[in-house]
Amino acid sequence: MTAIRSEIRFILNGEEVRLAEVAPDETLLDYLRLRRSLTGTKEGCAEGDCGACTVLVGRLTPDGLVYESVNSCIRFLGSLDGTHVVTVEHLAPVAGRLHPVQQAMVDFHGSQCGFCTPGFVMSLYALWMQDPKPSDRRIEKALQGNLCRCTGYEAIVRAARAISSYGDANDDPLAAERAEIAGRLNAMRDGARVEIGTGSKRFFIPASVDDLADLLETEPKATIVAGATDVGLWVTKFMREIAPVVFIGHLDELRRTSEKDGVLSIGAGVSYTEAFRLLAGRVPALATLIDRIGGEQVRNMGTIGGNIANGSPIGDTPPPLIALGATLTLRKGRSRRTITLEEFFIDYGKQDRRPGEFVEAVHVPLPAAGSRFAIYKVTKRRDEDITATLGAFNLMLDASGKVEKIRIAYGGMAATPKRAHAVEAAIAGKPWTRETVDAALAEYERDFRPLTDMRASADYRMLASKNLLVRFFLETSGRAAPVQVGRYEAA
Amino acid sequence: MNKHAALDLKSSRIAGGIHTDQRHDSAHKHVTGTAVYIDDMPEPAGTLHGCLGLSTATHATIRSMDLSAVRAAPGVVDVLTAKDIPGENDISPTGRHDEPVLADGKVQFYGQPVFCVIARTREEARRACRLAKIEYDEHPFITDAAEADPKNPKLVTEPLTLKRGDAAATIARAPRRVKGQMRVGGQDHFYLEGQIALAVPGEDRDVTVYSSTQHPSEVQHMVAHVLGVPNHAVTVEIRRMGGGFGGKETQGNQFAALAAVAAKRTGKAVKIRPDRDDDMTATGKRHDFLIDYEAGYDDEGNILGAEFRYAARCGFSADLSGAVTDRALFHCDNAYYYPAVRAVSAPLYTNTVSNTAFRGFGGPQGMVGAERIIDEVAFALGKDPLEIRRRNFYGTDTRNVTPYHQTVEDNIIGRIVDELEKSSDYQRRRRQIAAFNANSDVVKRGIALTPLKFGISFTATQFNQAGALVHVYTDGSVHLNHGGTEMGQGLYVKVAQVVAEEFQIDLDQVKITATTTAKVPNTSATAASSGSDLNGMAAQNAARQIKDRLIDFASETHGVAKDQILFLPNRVRIGNQEIPFVELVKQAYNARVQLSAAGFYKTPKIHWDREKGSGHPFYYFAYGAACAEVSVDTLTGEYMVERADILHETGRSLNRAIDLGQIEGGFIQGMGWLTTEELWWDGKGRLRTHAPSTYKIPLASDRPKIFNVTLADWPEAHEPTIHRSKAVGEPPFMLAMSVLHALSDAVASVADHKVCPCLDAPATPERVLMTIERLRKTRAEH
Repeated sequence: MTAIRSEIRFILNGEEVRLAEVAPDETLLDYLRLRRSLTGTKEGCAEGDCGACTVLVGRLTPDGLVYESVNSCIRFLGSLDGTHVVTVEHLAPVAGRLHPVQQAMVDFHGSQCGFCTPGFVMSLYALWMQDPKPSDRRIEKALQGNLCRCTGYEAIVRAARAISSYGDANDDPLAAERAEIAGRLNAMRDGARVEIGTGSKRFFIPASVDDLADLLETEPKATIVAGATDVGLWVTKFMREIAPVVFIGHLDELRRTSEKDGVLSIGAGVSYTEAFRLLAGRVPALATLIDRIGGEQVRNMGTIGGNIANGSPIGDTPPPLIALGATLTLRKGRSRRTITLEEFFIDYGKQDRRPGEFVEAVHVPLPAAGSRFAIYKVTKRRDEDITATLGAFNLMLDASGKVEKIRIAYGGMAATPKRAHAVEAAIAGKPWTRETVDAALAEYERDFRPLTDMRASADYRMLASKNLLVRFFLETSGRAAPVQVGRYEAA
Repeated sequence: MNKHAALDLKSSRIAGGIHTDQRHDSAHKHVTGTAVYIDDMPEPAGTLHGCLGLSTATHATIRSMDLSAVRAAPGVVDVLTAKDIPGENDISPTGRHDEPVLADGKVQFYGQPVFCVIARTREEARRACRLAKIEYDEHPFITDAAEADPKNPKLVTEPLTLKRGDAAATIARAPRRVKGQMRVGGQDHFYLEGQIALAVPGEDRDVTVYSSTQHPSEVQHMVAHVLGVPNHAVTVEIRRMGGGFGGKETQGNQFAALAAVAAKRTGKAVKIRPDRDDDMTATGKRHDFLIDYEAGYDDEGNILGAEFRYAARCGFSADLSGAVTDRALFHCDNAYYYPAVRAVSAPLYTNTVSNTAFRGFGGPQGMVGAERIIDEVAFALGKDPLEIRRRNFYGTDTRNVTPYHQTVEDNIIGRIVDELEKSSDYQRRRRQIAAFNANSDVVKRGIALTPLKFGISFTATQFNQAGALVHVYTDGSVHLNHGGTEMGQGLYVKVAQVVAEEFQIDLDQVKITATTTAKVPNTSATAASSGSDLNGMAAQNAARQIKDRLIDFASETHGVAKDQILFLPNRVRIGNQEIPFVELVKQAYNARVQLSAAGFYKTPKIHWDREKGSGHPFYYFAYGAACAEVSVDTLTGEYMVERADILHETGRSLNRAIDLGQIEGGFIQGMGWLTTEELWWDGKGRLRTHAPSTYKIPLASDRPKIFNVTLADWPEAHEPTIHRSKAVGEPPFMLAMSVLHALSDAVASVADHKVCPCLDAPATPERVLMTIERLRKTRAEH
């Protein structure tokens, strides 16, 4: 029998906090500002887009204590059990000296109105810990989740480039207390399940994946929350009741990955950030795509499993995973079943997930040797934007140059992530030529009837989607001239 | 500030005077999270929280309103509706009585405030708001300028006409003519700190309101008007805003007024901080425009005559739309001389939120119309648009009269553009791009160099005044207050530099204090780029009064002629003797010399007769130019800004570091307006882009890959402005026109530059791709 604990425990800056009174939908930001008067952390949007609320969360991983930037506005307080929460107040000047990150921001005029600044400081702080001398590309990636309306960013990037000249880990509070914090966090690990609240205000933090499975059998209607990058908005934007809640972001077992016979198995709890590292060398196109999902804070919280399980038609990972022929393991109690990812998406807002069941892992066949695989995401703004249309293409040619196999899937074009069956059929078995591609373009209307909304018109979605196939053809048919604009690749 | 460190009494310069690069005064507090914004202030015990109930109809009569569930919701203390307004249910800034605090009987846009819930917590107030049951009788509505009756449109305020010469006749007999229509989108301010007000009730009829506003005096007047009390009962204070950009010039009134009403009703402090969605839904934005233009020109590309009609989506009330559309007309020339011109405005009534001030205040929209004509002429003649631009620049001695009959006396656009053309290597890169495009069928590049000339002053002449209050304390430290507000632009530090310079004391001896209506009354909005010009002068005036008294005193007591008394860094030379500044101050105090002064300034030379469309509305003009290069993916319309070069001038800058930040930030904000920032209304009249998830302002990764910004070091203000510096707040915003035109240039390459792309704004990837498709079709047909 698993032990039950009825309080959460975490470290806030230097102080150990134990809380028995926590609502399942209480956000970390509200806790900091309203309950603790830590007002350095700001609310800009309450949806994880602007980064004014950025704080760091340190957690023990198999690789040791890792600090990541997160959006405190959509992070639920209950999910912080066993972590170290670090706010801008923890970077208080020591002997009148600012932290190197802060001093660089001051000297390079990185703040104007100052409201976004603590969030930028925290994002740059997280970056500096990982990479003290970052490239511009890395700086921009670290700042994808931080909006500034005053500076135009140039001064902030200048500051970011210069941080390492202002000091090193010796000037850093988290470096100084690293061993101590790790020890304290370790001591908090009691292997207990946390249960807090009653009635419609209950939430749970299962002790293990098995415990999660048991819990969901008794609480089949519970909202499963991993990174909260979607569910957070249900609360802050729509004020939906989400209890009872089961938090799963802490379960290391769900963050495991393995590879066997050319199939990569990714635990449902693997964050985008972790997936990026995993995929960078294995499926570079997927890693590149992940860099354009949300901002760094969202990627540190959001999970591959969550992106699939919430069933959004504009989730970015399902189309490429479908194009790769991924399968899904769903678990209920002690039983598991495996289905194709395509089958999982039934209709808008409807997935093949039964009460008490949860997504445990996704299995991704790696692109076969000699195949071509590409993902193209089209958005209004390049980074941190939601898809207007996204196409994923997986092509295998035979020795004669004919299409042996092609799988194409799109996001943003239908009520679910969807295969382009008619387009595929028009291409399969044909020579991979412009004529084949042009003929297949007419099939798009059979596969898709996109909508017009604030992100794009139906006409644009259709035209751009077709052109993505053209782009894929051009890219796979060997030519010198560029076919995409890029920030770091020569156009 | 006000460190009691030993002052340097030998130095040849003070620390932090004018024309030096000073950090933002709050930079240290910004980075440590200790800068206090209104929501960070400790709340008085028992503070209540308000939330606005917004209409869910676009144009309707309220048939019934059942708020019983709202009143019964947990934590609810009070619910306000129109009938609960004790004074006037009106916050129209121009006194037109067309903008109720809370809708009374009818609603005129989706999201209009109808009621206001006051509860113990903000969360309870937000939840209660959703329980209202309101029934509407819906009426037909128009949300878009194109839907308005072109012959007899409903307007929110009087239109303006500017004319010089006979434009119609000139165009009719010109060798060549062009006629067209352009659409340019609006823009949400997206200040990172949303609107907020905290009202604390006082005794009698008093109330103190902490309001995130660029215009404390107007908030004071509005609160008094809504409460039905004299202005003296209301004090409004603001230390800093988390961004304003014009969005807090009038838009804070609503929140301040409701918080004040609720505070007086409940006897408790009341805070109203709308969430981002409500903020973006219920507050005004930059006006989008539909611009009709017609021009006559000759074979060389000289524009002979131009006609414009600027129709703006103003929303349901006037707000500042009259002045905004006026300023659009004032900038229909940008930097170009029109021998004959006629420009008219059409401030359209629409069932949308009432649009308001936003950096540039209609000027940017005016200028894009001028630049469109330049593009049309250049394409028709097969010439480089830069050549057409240059050919039509204002002259210095001739060809120098604007459409509003003001003579341009300080024109430096020619030199600015010449220097930028050279430093950006425009001509060579233009050839390289042509070569690149010849060998690249999918990715196309484009380049453009655009000028700007922007008129500085409020066009309503009476607003061009300012006040300041300066105290010198007996320890030599100085308290500075003025009517300008700090929203990140660095106004406070610039004015402090002026005062430090005047007294010749180090900058950290000057304490910058929060703007409040109790210290400096009847102030103008911090707007129109005027902050430093007006408040710097007023503060200098106050400091000089005190300084003059000190000089009189020293002259008398030391028996030294006044011209023998000199303020040196942190000390004063009196004849052959030098004493510390603080010493003179102490002596003066002991001799009962007044060490406090109220300063005042009014801009000279300006006047404006709106009826005649003639006058001298601008004290001077600010100039700049930008050259942008882009690459465009012609399969998707996606693009990247490869490089931008800017040459901008701010006269003899008070603080180049601050000005550089304004230029860089203004350019990127302008780029957002013209590229990815799109406001989108659905068929029911609902704005669907009301949060950063749907409304996309630029990110760090949208910056030009190469970004060279230069502050011209040679210009000096033509007029005796504060230390010959010039305004910088708004003008750089318009440098971003170069990006729109670079995109246009890239797009044009798909039709071999034979067809003018007429690329509208915002040039989202969708709009770019659809323009490319149109050009390909046009080209194929010919």
